[in-house]
Amino acid sequence: MTLDADWAERWIRRTADAVVDRRDELTELDREIGDGDHGENLVRGFRAVVAKLDARRAEAEEPGASPRLVGDVLKLTATTLMSTVGGASGPLYGTAFLRAAKVTGHPEIDTRTIVAMLESALDGITARGKAEPGEKTMVDAWTPAVDAAERAAGEGDEADALRAAAAAADAGSTATIPLVATKGRASYLGERSAGHEDPGARSTALLLAAAVEALGEENA
Amino acid sequence: MKKLLNDPENAVADSLAGFALAHADLVQVHHDPTYVTRVGGATTGKVGLVSGGGSGHEPLHCGFVGDGMLDAAVPGAVFTSPTPDGIVPALHAADGGAGVLAIVKNYTGDVLNFDLAVEIAEAEGARISTVVVNDDVAVENSTHTAGRRGVAGTLCVEKIAGAAAMQGRGLEDVTRIARRVVENVRSMGVAVTACTVPHVGKPSFDLPPDELEIGIGIHGEPGRRRVPVAPADEVAQMLLDPVADDLELSRGERVLLFVNGMGGTPSSELYVVYGRARRLLEQRGVTVARSLVGSYVTSLEMQGASVTALRLDDELEALWDAPVHTAALRW
Repeated sequence: MTLDADWAERWIRRTADAVVDRRDELTELDREIGDGDHGENLVRGFRAVVAKLDARRAEAEEPGASPRLVGDVLKLTATTLMSTVGGASGPLYGTAFLRAAKVTGHPEIDTRTIVAMLESALDGITARGKAEPGEKTMVDAWTPAVDAAERAAGEGDEADALRAAAAAADAGSTATIPLVATKGRASYLGERSAGHEDPGARSTALLLAAAVEALGEENA
Repeated sequence: MKKLLNDPENAVADSLAGFALAHADLVQVHHDPTYVTRVGGATTGKVGLVSGGGSGHEPLHCGFVGDGMLDAAVPGAVFTSPTPDGIVPALHAADGGAGVLAIVKNYTGDVLNFDLAVEIAEAEGARISTVVVNDDVAVENSTHTAGRRGVAGTLCVEKIAGAAAMQGRGLEDVTRIARRVVENVRSMGVAVTACTVPHVGKPSFDLPPDELEIGIGIHGEPGRRRVPVAPADEVAQMLLDPVADDLELSRGERVLLFVNGMGGTPSSELYVVYGRARRLLEQRGVTVARSLVGSYVTSLEMQGASVTALRLDDELEALWDAPVHTAALRW
């Protein structure tokens, strides 16, 4: 198995499909404790990314094009999300992908680089959003995902690391339900924010699940 | 939903198109990405002022672009912060070589998008400082929330910093003055009805006909508490007391009293609120030296009002009095 730019592109396209499929769920989560635009914002952003990937693919197929780097796909994703999403999630996901792109400037990436990519994404999110674990934000999905990827990378390959990250993000998102928000729009609800899953943590789980699904499509 | 709109998805663009035509002597509207600048662009040697945020709060911020206030404003989608692709060119357009002050309301989306845009514009050579406005006293527990929100007090920051920039002061000095306004301005608002975001089509929250929501932000988000409908004098006191207490106003001090409408409340009602708020300040021995009453920082068609007090000193008072010529504020 190789994790190359084609895998990265499949990952982003699967994410776009996932946010379209789950748009209503994300919007409803956000309506309960935020301002109800998370689903719509991500759909708008990832659709724009897919349009750019389509345009770039046409260029890359021209004769003499140099091999694509994983980081190229992630950087294009970053800049497009930053300029199209708005709200808090645009800068947060944009920064995550920008940092991830910085450590993946290779045609293929190995297990160690996958872990570094996830770590860099989390570092970007915490640097930008200043949130810590337990504040009911996407950090509560990213943090266990990075920890799980590190553990899995010790014994397994890049697929094991990604699967562990996705499973941990899913569990981390569910675990935000009882939390009282202390960052973001939901924090103004105080105690009333408990009992609801954080929409940013849920979209993080969707994003990392898509990275795993993209593994299985290698020959698709 | 009954509104004077064409396609609700085009609400912001259609409105800006009319705004550009009506005020062609003052502003220029740029598209793809969307931002608004003063006609003629940056003034050489003057500190540029830029603000922005979700649409739906008009005339904030685009209505304050002009002489003595903002050099550029960046409107986002309704109640959604603008993105850096609009903010970065606005920062550059406002840059007359003396640096740029970005005035940002403390909402997570606005703060993050401006942070990112400032980082990009600085990497491209601009000199920028940022002031975050957080005048909303309704948020009591600011250590366990994203902090106090930026609401009607933003107008005071934009007006006073804009006047300082017009006097030719440097970026450090303009920034210092803007920060002093932030430190001395407080607001608190009430919703009488909810508002409806055009592309959503239904009210953003349910407020029973016999209740008021005290301590709202400016996006129809919930506030501090719900209370039964009460006479305006009582409501004015619920707004003014926390503002005056938080500012720790003492006898002999003087303030600017600003009663702001949320979009759907007639000015006659705003003056009822103003009258009571003023008497309450005078009972505290505080002099109301300057006043502003009107709908300037709104939440679409929401009925309601906010009360803002700004502690004045000679410098801030003179800067408030300085001439201003924008679409929505001029003297």
